[in-house]
Amino acid sequence: MDDLNTVIGLQKSLRNGQVSSKEITQDYLKRIRSRDKQINSFINLNHEVSIGQAEIADKMIAKGKATALTGIPIAHKDIFCTKHLPTTCGSKMLENFIAPYDATVISKLENAGAVLLGKTNMDEFAMGSSNETSYFGPVHNPWNPSCVPGGSSGGSAAAVAANLAPCATGTDTGGSIRQPASFCGLTGLKPTYGTVSRYGMIAYASSLDQAGPICHNAEDAGILYSFMLGFDPKDSTSIASEKYFFALENNKNASKFENLTIGLPKIGFQTSELDTALSEIQRVLEGLGHKFVEIELPNIEASIPSYYVIASAEASTNLSRYDGVRFGYRCEAPKNLQDLYVRTRSEGFGEEVKRRILTGTYALSVGYFDQYYLKAQKVRRLIARDFQTAFADVDLILTPTTPSTAFELEALVDNPIEMYQQDIFTVPVNLAGLPAISIPCGFRNEMPIGAQFIADAFNEDLLISVSREFQKVTDFHNRIPSSSR
Amino acid sequence: MSWQSVIGLEIHVQLLTASKIFSAADNTYGGAPNSKACPIDLGLPGVLPVLNESAVKMAIKFGLAIGAKINQESIFDRKNYFYPDLPKGYQISQFEKPIVGEGKVTIDSDSGEKTSIRITRAHLEEDAGKSTHDMFENETAIDLNRTGTPLLEIVSEPDLRSAKDAATYFRTIQELVKYLKICDGDLSRGSMRCDANVSIRKSDATEFGERTEIKNINSFRFVEQAINSEIQRQIEVLEAGGRIERETRLFDEVKNETRSMRSKEASQDYRYFPDPDLLPLRISDELITEIKAKLPELPDQKKERFIKDMKLDEYNAGLLCKDIDLASFFEAVVKQCGEPKMAANWLITELLAKINREEISVEYSPISPSMLGEVIKKIKDDTLSSKTAKTLFESLWNEPGDPNERIKSLGLEQIDDSSALEEVVNKVIKKNSDQVEQLKNGKTKVLGYLVGQIMKETSGKANPKKVNELIRTILEL
Repeated sequence: MDDLNTVIGLQKSLRNGQVSSKEITQDYLKRIRSRDKQINSFINLNHEVSIGQAEIADKMIAKGKATALTGIPIAHKDIFCTKHLPTTCGSKMLENFIAPYDATVISKLENAGAVLLGKTNMDEFAMGSSNETSYFGPVHNPWNPSCVPGGSSGGSAAAVAANLAPCATGTDTGGSIRQPASFCGLTGLKPTYGTVSRYGMIAYASSLDQAGPICHNAEDAGILYSFMLGFDPKDSTSIASEKYFFALENNKNASKFENLTIGLPKIGFQTSELDTALSEIQRVLEGLGHKFVEIELPNIEASIPSYYVIASAEASTNLSRYDGVRFGYRCEAPKNLQDLYVRTRSEGFGEEVKRRILTGTYALSVGYFDQYYLKAQKVRRLIARDFQTAFADVDLILTPTTPSTAFELEALVDNPIEMYQQDIFTVPVNLAGLPAISIPCGFRNEMPIGAQFIADAFNEDLLISVSREFQKVTDFHNRIPSSSR
Repeated sequence: MSWQSVIGLEIHVQLLTASKIFSAADNTYGGAPNSKACPIDLGLPGVLPVLNESAVKMAIKFGLAIGAKINQESIFDRKNYFYPDLPKGYQISQFEKPIVGEGKVTIDSDSGEKTSIRITRAHLEEDAGKSTHDMFENETAIDLNRTGTPLLEIVSEPDLRSAKDAATYFRTIQELVKYLKICDGDLSRGSMRCDANVSIRKSDATEFGERTEIKNINSFRFVEQAINSEIQRQIEVLEAGGRIERETRLFDEVKNETRSMRSKEASQDYRYFPDPDLLPLRISDELITEIKAKLPELPDQKKERFIKDMKLDEYNAGLLCKDIDLASFFEAVVKQCGEPKMAANWLITELLAKINREEISVEYSPISPSMLGEVIKKIKDDTLSSKTAKTLFESLWNEPGDPNERIKSLGLEQIDDSSALEEVVNKVIKKNSDQVEQLKNGKTKVLGYLVGQIMKETSGKANPKKVNELIRTILEL
């Protein structure tokens, strides 16, 4: 079933009746049962729901009413609320929480006929770059179980890499789709802010959070994304963006994807092994007619501190609703209101979440607001302007996705500052609200390396197109860890 | 040197939208606890606020009615604090950029003059739920039905100089929001509440004194009482050589005094910042123009029209325009009978007396405008005397019905028939020969007595004018 692990592959087998969605789903569930003990990529499964949806999908296929996703199992990051399964957000706080609604992303994919395979492990409230802050334990990288899968969508990436799901959803606030995709040898798309609804997606930093797909290749990612996007009246920050369809399916625009100018930003520290991989991708793309130029992004170095101020500030108030009053974890026998708040939140949240709530609360306090929050917002505008300036001259920007390949478990747990540096290439993209994709572009010590393409807003089509081109002539994306076979 | 009080009010007005300000949940009062709170009102994980367009339109309507600038870009901020009836741990409000800018309203001041009260701003925000501490022993009950009710917070400048004026201003705003149909103005249900900022200073001082804020006052009477007791307290403190501390106080209605709730030092840092879930609110010129064109007649305009077109006196016109429901009732009566002055008199002396005695609002009056209009018509065409008209009014109040049928069933028509009246007049003349004599000798005052006797005989149904004429004819005066 080696060639069945992509969306495109499964779609073909389903269409020609070679296999049913029920069989595929059962097969994945069986594999999860036997192999996920080592990976720990799933938090919750519901066989009955999955099989039920697969049976409905099989009927739709039989009736000829299938979409490109009908019958395809999908693993969802446990940040998307689901009626049929608990939604924990990787936290003790929500260990037993079942939402009375589906996130818009969930209902859109369900309406397209996709099968909900289960809910994947993640850093607690999406705060982390290694998936080690999860209350449900760390996730292991299928390429090397002593390494992290990246985070915060680590469970989604590990599940796809381990062949426990053909594709998955993730969310990306500062790199949480792209970094785990990179660490696990996958393709991860972080769309333009606002193109995919945030309704029912548990908020970490509302002005940065964005949902997207994690898949084996760009073609799959493009398919998933096309079903996820769209204006949602339930999300005031969502935008109608149908451009993606027009661009890819209208051949008249094909020239848009040819002879691209790709910018290479001069950034202080690029480690040698990643440089090598980038030179390789550069060579391949030059062979395809694209050209490379050096560009400046002068304020990029300030993106990590401003990101952590803004994200923590928003998180500190987004997470105020977890107070033990209406839902979620509540401490035992509170003595009074203050005690209920203090113990519920002290016991229900993990260390990293508490650290960011404290940081954010501080940044928003009277006397510090201007110095931190407002200043960070100014830096954010400067970074967005840097990109605008760059996109006047180039179609795309190429960077490594991460400073290194996947690091060992516990290597950075006690060093939050170094952990935050993991996001240096990904964070600026969120600050500017732009789309970016991470694709596998090489290996070092048998661990995958990721390259990141960044495009101007609403140019997901460019990202998918250039990635597909690269993947047509390379096979990094087709490799799977030996343990997954 | 005497003391002068300086007062500003922050009035919270619940807007009459069909749904909540950021969710589609029902925005009506009451209901089983927590039956009108949807996932958004409950602050469940992942849900998002979406701004209610009609709340925005109502805020604009208010702004235009007070001649304020409508800010074409306004921002929703999060006001962060923990409380069990505040589900998200923050209230969505407007901090630095409110939707309504500076405006003013005119009140009839206690001093007898018209005073202009400046309004600093009015902003949109969501109401919190309700905590009840006495329903269960050692436990607090929370009802989130009110959560997310749209509020317009109207902030005045410290332009009020007496507790009475503060209450008048509060009433003026109530009148206005009812005219605009953006709030039912029902204080007993909490549809309007206010906070009062109070300070005092020597009459010749130019600087303001330190102020205190009295929170959550929910009746006109309490506004006056609370402010007066706070003014008194501040005078006592200052005259004893003490200092007023900036603090928040609560009014104890039973003891008629304010007491400290929290001092400035303990004041909370609300950590306001723009809500990233909501984009800046942009209002087009077209929308403002559209709302302006549909603005209803305002209390002052209506009063002027009543004086000019309907020839009412200033006092009556003012009284009728105090309440949109009363004014509309009045206009409906006039439409039916065409007699504005009589309608005003009947409304004010008869109907209002009843309504006030029974403490109901005019919309629940058992006598409808058309009934009252008909009664007035029947006075005008001499079918009823003022006495029989009152009998009919009383009867209709107790048992509403068709006035004309009631006139018949109660036999209230005036006796117009000369022969029938003649009989009674002759009878009375015979019985009162002394008085007749006096009358003949030129003591005209006695005529009234005789008419009265005839009215008594006919249970008030005789037409007094006819009776007068008959007496004169019979006695050949």
